[in-house]
Order: sequence, then structure tokens, then C-alpha cells
Amino acid sequence: MRFLLDDEQAEFGRTLDRMLSAAGTPRVVRAWAAGDPGPGRALWSRLAEAGVFALAVPEAYDGLGPGGPLPVELAVAYVELGRHVVPGPVVETAAAAALMADLPAVAKEWLPRIASSEAVVSLRLDEAASPRDPYGSCGPYALDADAADAVFTVSGDELRLAPGHGPLRASADPARRLFRPSPGGELLASGPVVRESAARAAGWAAFLTAAQSLGVGLALLHRTVAYTKQRTQFGAPIGSFQAVKHRIADTLLALEFARPLLFGAALSMAPADIAAAKVAAGEAAYAAARTALQLHGAIGYTEELDLSLWLRKARPLRDAWGTPGACRATVLDASVPAP
Amino acid sequence: MDLEHTPEEDAFRKEARAWLAAHVPADPLPSLETEEGFAAHRQWEARLHADRWSVVSWPEEYGGRGVDLFKWLVFEEEYYAAGAPGRVSQNGINLLAPTLFDHGTPEQRARVLPPMASGDVVWAQAWSEPEAGSDLASLRSRAERTDGGWLLTGQKTWSSRAAFADRAFGIFRTDPDAPKAHQGLTYLMFDLRAPGVTVRPIGRLDGKPAFAELFLDRVFVPDEDVIGQPGQGWRIAMSTTGNERGLTLRSPGRFLAAADRLVRLWRDTADPSDTALRDRVADAVIGARAYHLFTCANASRFAAGESIGAESSLNKVFWSEYDIALHETALDLLGPEGEVSDGDWQEGYVFSLAGPVYAGTNEIQRDIIAERLLGLPKGRLAR
Repeated sequence: MRFLLDDEQAEFGRTLDRMLSAAGTPRVVRAWAAGDPGPGRALWSRLAEAGVFALAVPEAYDGLGPGGPLPVELAVAYVELGRHVVPGPVVETAAAAALMADLPAVAKEWLPRIASSEAVVSLRLDEAASPRDPYGSCGPYALDADAADAVFTVSGDELRLAPGHGPLRASADPARRLFRPSPGGELLASGPVVRESAARAAGWAAFLTAAQSLGVGLALLHRTVAYTKQRTQFGAPIGSFQAVKHRIADTLLALEFARPLLFGAALSMAPADIAAAKVAAGEAAYAAARTALQLHGAIGYTEELDLSLWLRKARPLRDAWGTPGACRATVLDASVPAP
Repeated sequence: MDLEHTPEEDAFRKEARAWLAAHVPADPLPSLETEEGFAAHRQWEARLHADRWSVVSWPEEYGGRGVDLFKWLVFEEEYYAAGAPGRVSQNGINLLAPTLFDHGTPEQRARVLPPMASGDVVWAQAWSEPEAGSDLASLRSRAERTDGGWLLTGQKTWSSRAAFADRAFGIFRTDPDAPKAHQGLTYLMFDLRAPGVTVRPIGRLDGKPAFAELFLDRVFVPDEDVIGQPGQGWRIAMSTTGNERGLTLRSPGRFLAAADRLVRLWRDTADPSDTALRDRVADAVIGARAYHLFTCANASRFAAGESIGAESSLNKVFWSEYDIALHETALDLLGPEGEVSDGDWQEGYVFSLAGPVYAGTNEIQRDIIAERLLGLPKGRLAR
């Protein structure tokens, strides 16, 4: 047993962290939210150069995975994407890549373009795609469909390319732009393999959203620590007050116990393990948002403070691609002790 | 990155499982917080020891098997999955023994550890005093120099297991003139039946004498029972908090087994449409897995030559609060039976309630987390 990142994996995370810190993502996020995906697409290209999207693509299609996506490295990368609130359908693109791995014709056309970020794609899974939706991840919207080069939809055992999308529905997080894909469209693949691939894609989406949540939560915590060290009231930094310290300690606690669940899920990719990670990371990040909002006081309740970019993402991510209720049910389904 | 066990670990698991299946008492022992139960648990320690299962991580010369942390984790998983009894010797094994391994002399280890491993000598802790709880360094009980040793005078309290235990360990003030409170303290072992010791058992919340007050009136302690140098007691007591003790105080196996039992109880008793209760059962499963994997990560860090320090405070807050939530959920599943006090869940619930208080209150642990892991400034109180 060696339940630790190896040096290369840890360095990969640090490299992405440095690159994204230097990129100044808040400006990119604000542009994305305003309907200007240009800076975001440029950032995606740099992430692709660093190999982020290729991690989700098999070697046969110009990716980095020997057989399929590389879960540990993807988790490392998506924690950093969350930490820096990288905009766009990052989860959907990787989940679509996982979906295509067993659909050769589609894979050949799209996977090399996904690996290079030439194609930014979105994905919607229909309730009917899965007789039992283990994460509660099916919903009506495709994220960032306006900025995406393609929107894939799965309904029943059919994979289609959406012919367009409806009007923008404003999300609680303006950087998450929601659209209903238009019905119909070109049929790309059909049969049981689509259904199986969609179920697998749902697992990847839940897993990567958990990683993204963890990163969002860690950023919220560290911003809050920095703020409470410098904000002075009653003649002392507010971070010296126990009520403040203890709330921050609880925030770290929840995040640090979500982290091993995420990497445990990476090693098994079993639905119950993914569901456990999704619940823990989603709840921990949301709790971190509540703590950050409270401890920043009124300034934290403003749109102009960049903190809002993380604050508003935590709650949608908690529910996206896996609701806490459905995920908890999946954890219990798998947990049947021998009589 | 992996969570795989080696073939040796798998073989060790098999051996432990077979032994436990053959030896774990079919009926639960009486509560270890009663005289009868204490004696029964002491016998169980002897049974474990006879086949070298009582202290598997210790070197063989002291009755152990010299196994590493990974095998210790495996043993603990099997131990609790088998429904084996609680460990009456845990204070000695988890707190005193690591201190002796780090700071004791070979003579002390040879003399103290074997009877601890066999349950012949059960140890109580003597840390807290009426005026020194979270602020432990303000303790007043003193040890005065005498011919060939020290004379202990003062009062210790909340001494777990002391009602029926044989010996105790703790820190005492040997230099009242030291400039700071945590200086001039000395780590000592003493006999609870020595002349001058009065033990007054204290009933915990359910009335069972789980701890005691100790009144010490010029109790003689020979020099050979001082651990480390006089005056170094605080450093010695604190040094073991950041090492394996932070990992081994509560094993993940204990909570994995408890969560399994909870799921079984839920399947047997719950209304499946009660999703509020279902979610709490799921959280117990998730929490046990999180604690297990968190420990695997820390064990891997040890194996890689790293050490953990203040991170052990994260561990302590997590398991102590987890344990209460788990038992509260069980009591809710039991419905009206939850109030009846003689069941395992009910006893476990009462036991769990003390968790956030002992071994450093969770308030102190949260201060440590905030100050040492996140660098928040110290408060106005001088410590």
C-alpha cells in the first residue's frame, strides 16, 4: 500500500497551480460569465498543452491513457481547475471523452480534438439513458452549450449531436451557463453500448465534479484564512478569536477527510466510492463557502469581490452530476454486510 | 498510488481472522467499566497474549509480532469485524508504551511492557487535576526528591480505568520554581496500591465507575519509574501525540465494523421511505471509509519516512464526533428501545459522549488545527 501521490503526480498539480495562478483566472471567469468565451478558450488551450484533457483520452486517439482515462492524474488536475475556478464545460468534456471510448466512429472524429482542446464539448444525459441513475446526475441542461463546439445528448440508447440549444438560463453561478439542447439531431451511435457508455460517463462526471468541488473548497478556505489574518477588529486580527478559528478548523477538517475519499474513488472507480467522494467533497466545499461568506462579513456578500466566483460555484457543484441524496442511496446500496 | 495489500498482509489477515473466529467469546463480555467486566476483559487480554495477538505492533521480545502499521491496520479491521471485546489495556498500550519506546530505558521496557501485554498489569492515566484540565500545564501535584526516588503529593482526577487498574502514569511538578508552567514537570509511573494512594471511583454518566479520583499523600516512586529526565515531562508527554499515537488511538477497523453493524440495523429495522434516517446511515458509511482512507494515507506517509504532527488533531476531532453521530443514528433506529440502557449501542453511545472531552478537548484540538496547520494567530490567552 502506498496511498500517496507519487512525485510526478504531485508536481503535475503544483505546475497547474502555478500556471493558473499566473493566468489570473478571475478576469477569465468574469468574461466567460458575460458571454465572452475568448479568454476562457485561450486558457483551455494552455491546459491542453499541459495535458489536462489528454488525460481523459486513450492513447489510440492522441491521448495519454493507456486504456482509458487516467483517474488519479485527472483528480489532481481537476482539484486545480476547481481551485482556480476555470470556466467552461471541463467536466462535461472529459465525461464525453469517457463516453466515446467504446464508440470507435465517434471516438475517431472527436477524441483527438478533445485531447488538444480544439473541441470544447458539452454533454447531457437523459433520465432514460440509465434505468437507475446512481448519482441523480441526469438533468435537462447542457452546460455552456453556447461556447461549446458540440453538445452530445444521450437519450435511451441513442447518442446524438444536438442541433442547437434554447435560450440561456441563468445559473446561481453566472459562469455556469445553462441551456436546454434542442431535441433530435444527428444520430451518432445506438444500442446497449451507448447505455453502458453513458453510465460510465456519469461516473466520470460525478468523480471529476467531486475533484473540482474539493479544489473550490480549498481555495475558499485559504482565502478565508488569509483574510482573517489581516482583518482587524477590537484591536486584534479576527483570526485570533476562537469562534473564528474553530469554524475554520471545521472547514479544513471536512475538506481533508473528503480528499482521501476522492483518491480512493480514483483507484476503484466503483459507483459507491465515487458517490461517497461526491457527497463528501460537495458538502465540504459548500460548508467552506458558508464559512468564507460568514467570516468575510459584508464584503463577502458582494459580487465585486473575486471571492464571489468561488462562493457561487460551491453550491451548484454540490448538486451537479450527483445530488447528495442519490449519492447517499448509492453508497448504501453497495454496503450490504454479509448476514 | 495504490491501496493494495501484500501477499504477506493477506496471509496475516487470514491468520488473524481464523484465530479470532475460534476465540472471540460467543456472548459479549460484561461492561469493562464494572468490576466483573474488568476481570473478564483482563482474562481476554491474557487469552490474546497467549497467542501473541495483544500487541501485534510491538517487537517480539515484549510479546508482539513486530508488524508494521499496515499489518496493524489489517489486524484491527479483523479484530473489530469479528466483534471482539473492547481493550481494557488500551491506555497502557496506546499511551504509555509508545512513550517507553521513545523515552524509556531498556530496563523499563523489559520490566513494564511484558506484563502490560499480558493484562497482568493494567494501566490508568493520571493527567488531569481538579484545577488542570485543558490547561494541563498548570497542574499542581508535585513530586519531591527523597532518598532513591520521589514522593508524590496531590490530587489527580478523571483517571480512566483507575477504579480497577493496577498502576498509573502521569506528569508531576518536580520544580515549582521553574519559570514557565510547562517546565519543571516529570513523567512518572506509580503503583495504585502503594501506601498513600487513595482511589475514589467516579460514576460516569451512566453510573459505571469508568474513572476515578486519585489522592496522593507522599507516595514513594523509585527513580527507576521516572521516564526520561526529570524536568522533561511535558516534552515527553507531548512528543508522542504527533507520532503513531495520533494514528493508533482509534483504529479505522473499529468504525468500519460499527458502520457495518449500523447498516445491518438499518436494513432490519428502518422504514425505507425515511430518507432522513437513510442519509445519516449513509454518512456513517462514508465517514468510516473517509477515516479508513485518511489513516491509510498517514500510514503511507510514515512508511515513506515522513512524520505527522498537528494533523493528529484532525484525526481526533473527526473520530470523536463521528463516534457520537454513529451511535445517535443507531439509537434513533432502535426507536423506543434506544432508551433501554443495557444494549451494546446504548453503552457505546455513553462511551462516545466522552470522546470530544478526553485526550485533549476538541476545542483545544481546533485551536491546534487553526494555529499550527493554518497559521492563524494565537489568541489573547497566553499559553
